[in-house]
Amino acid sequence: MPMTLTTLNRPSLWTTRSLGEFGDLQDEINRLLDEPLAELRGEFFTGWAPPMDLIEDADNLVATVEIPGLKKEDIQVRVEDGVLSISGERKPDERSKKAEAHRTERFYGKFHRAICLPKPVKVDAVKAAYRDGVLTVTMPKTEEAKPKQIEVRMG
Amino acid sequence: MNTQVKTDRSHGTGLEEQKYVAPKVDIFETGDEYLLQADMPGVGKDGIQISLDSNELTILGHRATGRDKTATSCNYLHRESAPVNFRRVFVLDPTIDTNRITAEMDQGVLTVHLPKAEKVKPRLIPVTD
Repeated sequence: MPMTLTTLNRPSLWTTRSLGEFGDLQDEINRLLDEPLAELRGEFFTGWAPPMDLIEDADNLVATVEIPGLKKEDIQVRVEDGVLSISGERKPDERSKKAEAHRTERFYGKFHRAICLPKPVKVDAVKAAYRDGVLTVTMPKTEEAKPKQIEVRMG
Repeated sequence: MNTQVKTDRSHGTGLEEQKYVAPKVDIFETGDEYLLQADMPGVGKDGIQISLDSNELTILGHRATGRDKTATSCNYLHRESAPVNFRRVFVLDPTIDTNRITAEMDQGVLTVHLPKAEKVKPRLIPVTD
């Protein structure tokens, strides 16, 4: 669906809510009921949850997180007690600060994702790389966690 | 906003359906230009295709398949990402100078500069005697 970017048809950021003389009472009641709940939800679920994958191959557990537009310094990766935790912050573009916003769908701010690792990994050998907005954390499995082929001998 | 596009492959069996997801975008306006920023994680500089047909700007982003996720030796334990390409179409305001559109890609964020034509830029009008 094409989006129009004309001076007459600009997407507005905020919809104005007004209760006119004969305003919709039901809408207003719903709003009054919903708003305190929305505030409460906000306390528990603040921030951004970027999509995360966990892949296993023969030697490694590999986690990928889609976090476009961050700086390498703003990403923290930790492996502790069998839990991989990734956090960071996306800061707004300097160029956008003095500009008028017509559409803001992208998320800015802090995020934190953590996942339990199903296999033990060599914590000292964990590597993280950030490319094309995707963070890839490669965690080599310990020798005990790797699959072993057991030879069958004639009895 | 997600789209399905049927492309005609001349040698194929006719129409082939492809699924796309619409990237999230921010649009800002400064005195000189509109700035469009789109989140396309996993898309490199080579995976971007921007085309302009009269005043319709189409952005296509193909995810780089660096890792062969179909290999039998690798197994998804947890999955939230979707392996689909990005596509979104914008209808440009006639005041945009389409000859000077530029774009850059940085860590999965596409920035498109849409400069305003000289005639619509805000300017001071000198008062003559």
